[in-house]
Amino acid sequence: MKTGRRTVITGMAAGLLGGLRARGAVAAEMPGVSATEIKIGNTMPYSGPASAYGTIGHAETAYFGMINDQGGINGRKIVYLTEDDAYSPPKTVEQTRRLVEQEGVAFMFNGLGTPTQTAVQKYLNMKKIPQLFISTGADKWGNYQDFPWTMGWQPSYRIEGQIYAKYILKNKPAAKIAVIYQNDDFGKDYVNGVKDILGADYARMVVKEATYEVSDPTTDSQVVGLQSSGADTLLTFATPKFAAQIIRKVYDINWHPLHFLTNVSISVGSVIKPAGVEKAVGIVTSAYIKDGTDPAWANDPGLNAWRGFMDKYMPGADRTETNYIFAYGISFTLAQVLRQCGNDLSRENIMRQATNIHDLEVPVLLPGIRVNTSPTNYHPLRQLQLARWNGKTWERFGGLIEGAGA
Amino acid sequence: MRAERNPLLIGLAVVVVAVALAFLLSNYHLFQLTMVVAYAIAILGLDMLTGYTGQISLGHGAFYAVGAYVAAILMANFNVPYWATLPVSAVVCAGFGFAFGFPALRLGGLYLALATFALAIAVPQLLKYKLLEDWTGGVQGIVISKPDAPFGLPLNQDQWLYLFTLAVGVVLFVLARNLLGGRIGRAMRAVRDHGVAAEAMGIDIALLKTRSFALSAMYTGIAGALGAIAVQFVAPDSFAVFLSITLFVGLVVGGITSLSGAVFGAIFIVFLPNFADQISKAAPGAIYGVILIAFLYLAPKGFAGLLRRLVGPRAPHLAAPASSTPAAPPRPARAKN
Repeated sequence: MKTGRRTVITGMAAGLLGGLRARGAVAAEMPGVSATEIKIGNTMPYSGPASAYGTIGHAETAYFGMINDQGGINGRKIVYLTEDDAYSPPKTVEQTRRLVEQEGVAFMFNGLGTPTQTAVQKYLNMKKIPQLFISTGADKWGNYQDFPWTMGWQPSYRIEGQIYAKYILKNKPAAKIAVIYQNDDFGKDYVNGVKDILGADYARMVVKEATYEVSDPTTDSQVVGLQSSGADTLLTFATPKFAAQIIRKVYDINWHPLHFLTNVSISVGSVIKPAGVEKAVGIVTSAYIKDGTDPAWANDPGLNAWRGFMDKYMPGADRTETNYIFAYGISFTLAQVLRQCGNDLSRENIMRQATNIHDLEVPVLLPGIRVNTSPTNYHPLRQLQLARWNGKTWERFGGLIEGAGA
Repeated sequence: MRAERNPLLIGLAVVVVAVALAFLLSNYHLFQLTMVVAYAIAILGLDMLTGYTGQISLGHGAFYAVGAYVAAILMANFNVPYWATLPVSAVVCAGFGFAFGFPALRLGGLYLALATFALAIAVPQLLKYKLLEDWTGGVQGIVISKPDAPFGLPLNQDQWLYLFTLAVGVVLFVLARNLLGGRIGRAMRAVRDHGVAAEAMGIDIALLKTRSFALSAMYTGIAGALGAIAVQFVAPDSFAVFLSITLFVGLVVGGITSLSGAVFGAIFIVFLPNFADQISKAAPGAIYGVILIAFLYLAPKGFAGLLRRLVGPRAPHLAAPASSTPAAPPRPARAKN
C-alpha cells in the first residue's frame, strides 16, 4: 500500500513535472509567440535629432494594424511594440533590452540607425535573437559570418557604388574618373563598392580622389582640384548639404563631367533646389523605390495599394514623404517572412525563412526589383535603376543593374 | 539631535536596499539602475561645480564622453580590465577639466555656460576626427565586452556590474560628502555666494575654481566610464549635445547642492523619457517638456527641496516662529545631506 501510494504520488509528480517541462519547452522554443499573437519589437527615433524618421515607425504600426484587421498572419495577430530611442545608442540598448527581457518579443524588426543598431548587434546575436531588416545603408550589416542574426534591407551604399561602376565600365569604358566622398564609413563604403567592380583598373581609371570632412565649411577647393585632373566623370558620395555645394561648384566652374550622385542626396527640396534646378541637369543617380510624386505611377496598382492603405490607416499624413513608402515595403517583406514561417515561429525558423526569400516582388519597389536572400546573402535588395535629373524630375532610364557577387 | 544622526542611517538603509535590489530585480531593471548610478555620479560631479561653486556648466556631456571613450579605448585596444580603466578615466578627465578651468576663470555666469556648451558641441565632432579614428573608431564607435563576475561569484553579468557600479558610486558619494561638508566645501560655497568676501577670507579663488573644475570633470568622467561599460558601446552619437542638457536637467530637478538630489535627478532622467514615450509616440518630446515644466512649478527646489519640505517640516516649524532672520544661517549646514 505504502509503496503503491508513493508510486502514485511520484507518478503524479513526474506527470506534473513532465507537463511543466513540455509547456516550458514550447515557451522556450518560441519566445514571444502564443496561439493568437506574435510580439515584435522595434526602436525608432521618435524624439531627438533624427525624429524625422519616426514616421517610419508610425507607418509600420499602421501597416501591422491593417494585417491584424485582415485576420493576422497564420491566425496570429501582430503585437508591434515600438519604443523611442531618440537616436541615442545607450537608449537603444535600454529599450532593446526592455523589449527582449521584459516584453519578451520574438525578435527585433527595422531598428533605425547605424550607431544605434551597432550598439545592440552583439547583444542580440549573443542571445540569438533575429535583428531583421534594419534601416541603415551601411554595408557591414551583410556580415553573415560574424553576425548571423543581423540583416539589413535596403541596397547598401557599397552596392550602390558597385552599380555606378558597372554602368561606367559598360557605357564609358575609357572614362577618367574623379571621386569626391565624405571621409567616414558612409563615404568609404561607396569607394569600396567602386573598387569591387573596377578592381585593378581602379588606380588607372580613377585619376583623382578628394575627400571632405563633415566639419568642412565648403568643398570648393576639392572640386576645382578634381576638375584640373582632367577627369570627364565625377562620382559624388556626399550628404545633402555638401552635395548641393558640389553640384553648384561643378556648374559654376563650367565643368561638364558625367556626374553620378548618391541617392542619399537626391531630395529636390534639400539638394537640387538649393544647388539650382538648372545646374543639376544631367546628374545621374539610382533608385529602388517608386516615388509617390512621380506621375508615371499615378495609376500603378502597387502604389495604389499603398494609397489605399494610407487613406484608411494614415489619413491626413503627407503623401510626398517617401518614408511611408519605405515603411510599407519593408513591412510587406516581413509579413512574407512570417507567412513563410507557417506555425513554427521559433527564432531559428524566423531567421531561416528570412534567409530564404526567393524573388519576392514588393509592390512599392521599382518593376523588376526582387527581394532575394540566402544563408550567404544578407543583402535583400541589391538591384537599382539609374535616373537622370531632367530639370523637373528624376527620369529613370535603362534596365535594372545588380550589385556584384551574391 | 535626532536629525543629526538620521542622514547616516538613511544613507545606510538606502545602500542596503540598493544591494538587495540586485537579487530582486530583473536584469533589464538592473541595467537601468546601473545607468541611474552612473548618471547620479555624473550629476554629483556637475553639482560640485554648478551647485557648490556656482560655475554653470552646460558641457558636462563632454567630460562624460571623454571618460567613456578612455574606458572603451583602453578595453578594446589595450585589453585593460574594466576596473582598471576607471582610475585612468578619472585622471584624464581631471586633467582635461583642470585645463579647461583656466580659460573658464575669465568667464563668469552666462558666458561660462556658453563656453562649456561649446565644449559639448565640439566633442562629438572631435571624436569623429580622422587622426583619432584608429582609436575612437570614428562614427562607428567601439563595441566592448561586458565583464563577468570575478572570483567565481554566483552573480550574472548584470548583477555584478550593478553591484560594482553601486560600490564605486557609494565610495564617490561618501568622499564627496566629506569633502563638501568640510573646509573645502565651505570655501566652494563662499566663492559662490560672494567671491570678494571669500578672497578677503584668504581663499585662492583661481586655484579653488580650477580644482573644482578638475574634481567635477573627474567625477563625471568616472561616470562616463561606468556608463560605457554598462552600455558596452560608445559612439559620437551617444554623447550628443543633448546629453549635457540632460545632466543639467537632472541637476536642477534633483535639487542643487544636495547629494540625494543627484540620485533623484538621475532617476528622473533615466525613467522620464520612457514614461513620456508610453504616453505618446507622436510627441514624446512635448510630453517630456510639459512634465518638466509642471515639475519645476510644483517643486522649484527640486526633489531634494520637496523632500526637505515634506520630511523635515518639524525643525523649521519649531524654529520659524522664534525669529525669521536667524533661520537663514542653519540652512547651508543642513544642505549637505
